[in-house]
Amino acid sequence: MTRTFLGMPTAPTGVGHLRGAEPFPVAARRALADAQLRRNLGHATATIRAKSAAVIDEVPDWERLRAAGSAIKTDVMARLPELLEQLEQRVTQAGGVVHWAADAHEANAIVVDLVRDTGSDRVIKVKSMATQEIGLNEALEAAGIAPVETDLAELIVQLGDDRPSHILVPAIHRNRAEIRQIFLRAMPGVDPALTDEPADLAAAARRFLRQTFLSTPVAVSGANFAVAETGTLAVVESEGNGRMCLTLPRTLITVMGVEKVVPTWRDLEVFLQLLPRASTGERMNPYTSMWTGVTPGDGPQAFHLVLLDNGRSAVLADEVGRQALHCIRCSACLNVCPVYERTGGHAYGSVYPGPIGAVLSPQLTGVADNASLPYASSLCGACYDACPVKINIPELLVHLRDRAPHPHAESAVMAAAAYAMDRPALFAAAQRATRLSRLAGRRGRGLPPPLSGWTDGRDLSDPPPQTFRDWWANR
Amino acid sequence: MTARETVLARLRAALGPAAPALTEVPRDYRRDGVVDIERLVDRLTDYRAQVHRVAATAVADTIAGILPAAAIVVVPPGLPSAWLPSTVTVLPDDDLDNARIAAAAAVVTAAAVAIADTGTVVLDGSPDQGRRVLSLLPDRHVCVVRTAQVVADVPQALARLTPHRPLTWISGPSATSDIELDRVEGVHGPRTLHVILLP
Repeated sequence: MTRTFLGMPTAPTGVGHLRGAEPFPVAARRALADAQLRRNLGHATATIRAKSAAVIDEVPDWERLRAAGSAIKTDVMARLPELLEQLEQRVTQAGGVVHWAADAHEANAIVVDLVRDTGSDRVIKVKSMATQEIGLNEALEAAGIAPVETDLAELIVQLGDDRPSHILVPAIHRNRAEIRQIFLRAMPGVDPALTDEPADLAAAARRFLRQTFLSTPVAVSGANFAVAETGTLAVVESEGNGRMCLTLPRTLITVMGVEKVVPTWRDLEVFLQLLPRASTGERMNPYTSMWTGVTPGDGPQAFHLVLLDNGRSAVLADEVGRQALHCIRCSACLNVCPVYERTGGHAYGSVYPGPIGAVLSPQLTGVADNASLPYASSLCGACYDACPVKINIPELLVHLRDRAPHPHAESAVMAAAAYAMDRPALFAAAQRATRLSRLAGRRGRGLPPPLSGWTDGRDLSDPPPQTFRDWWANR
Repeated sequence: MTARETVLARLRAALGPAAPALTEVPRDYRRDGVVDIERLVDRLTDYRAQVHRVAATAVADTIAGILPAAAIVVVPPGLPSAWLPSTVTVLPDDDLDNARIAAAAAVVTAAAVAIADTGTVVLDGSPDQGRRVLSLLPDRHVCVVRTAQVVADVPQALARLTPHRPLTWISGPSATSDIELDRVEGVHGPRTLHVILLP
């Protein structure tokens, strides 16, 4: 069923942000001890869940839109090479230049060279998961180019020398008082009388970034959608920082994962209904920009599109796993996940946290490099219900657990259990033995070594006083 | 092998040699909604746009009431001059530089389409809407919409729009939900959005 291709490389090590420094359980334990973090996350995820539920309730055909979105993405994956070639042709016809990058190293090198060609030592950036994934900011800095994050939450993360912890709201782990402290400490020229009112904090970011927007000749963005049929790119956003970056500079560089292509213009009618309601809980996000190549006299006069693989072809090769590529980065699965709500995003190690991160990151890197992530879930299924394109995340988690490395003790125990269950007399004897363990008082203490690894994270259920076989024999 | 050939070869190998399975996309979601102007007004207002419903002859007076006297107002080259009151200073866009646009108090544009379901106006760069930068840098945006431009839902809007034009979909003033996931109006785009709705 699952084919493994030699020569189908996963995302390279040593660049980008797909691998954590420690396994999920270790990082999660530390996060759980942070009461402030848990309060911030609990408040924010409860707020967004309520908003999203209210606007989804307004849409009588929500389930039909989900079904359409899911089918479009299935179609995209089946025809990905031809759709990308069509997109390339249309973008080129419209005056854009298309670049291909097999991995993070290649994508970073392409962007660094393009920025150097403009002569600028600074770029303005629209929030983009793809450029975080490949570690573009570090590559730009190493080349002497300053990347300026212009999304408010990304700016909070950048000024706080912090890491993003949520796909939509990278600073979700910070509350207003903490954000005020970060601005007072790290924002040049900030008014010392700054309050912690969100409107005041947003106004401070507006003042801080305005001149940078007006004076930087090159911008880097991601893309939410790219239409193969027309060559049109779309970026959805809220603050207007995206419009600034997509409109003001002379040169625009867009870095896009290959899976973001959609076949037709009409397909946007599905995703532009699904994404805002599932993501920010709005009927429509404040701003959506769409552009096709270059428009003479309006906006950037040089447009470069970088198409990024970086492990996506390895994900596509897994017929079950490839549905993780359907993700439209709305983050609804994070907001409903009981695990994410308690640990936050940093514990996942990758820029893709939460349920979708637990199935996407291990596939992009190879499961061995993120082996603990498929277990970072209770398999409750809330993520599947919340997903606007119906990605069956629980199914993927189980699929990836199967592919993750397992301890030898586990397979030995499973083989022994299978042997006993095949032999009725042996099974009856084994059941009697578990009752003896009741008497021996091991209840609630887990299994002895070397099997204790399995019961460290789970309660061992008590053996029943009477088995079904006993009851049947005595009825 | 170029990077292009490498990526395409990997993707083809990942999919295997079989011809791609055809996926039928079910399109039984709503596409034929009836335009409800009250809904448009309600949704615009809900996201803090200020809506003015006036007669076609009253646009200039309405704008005079919105903008302070002598305010500098950027306008795209094809904007009907009858819409502009004599109380403001009009700055027509003849390739204005960004600093002058940013220094203006307001911009007045028309629109291409408005969507009742979502409270959205869409600009497509036509002569009465102008370059994208015009509606971005000034702090107030006054957008004039005719009822005939209003559609019920997103599918109807896309059907009316031309993909190769630069499109800006605007739903309320600039906003952020980045602080505690609470929506706050007013970040980098115009902090005030007025929609003048004509019959």
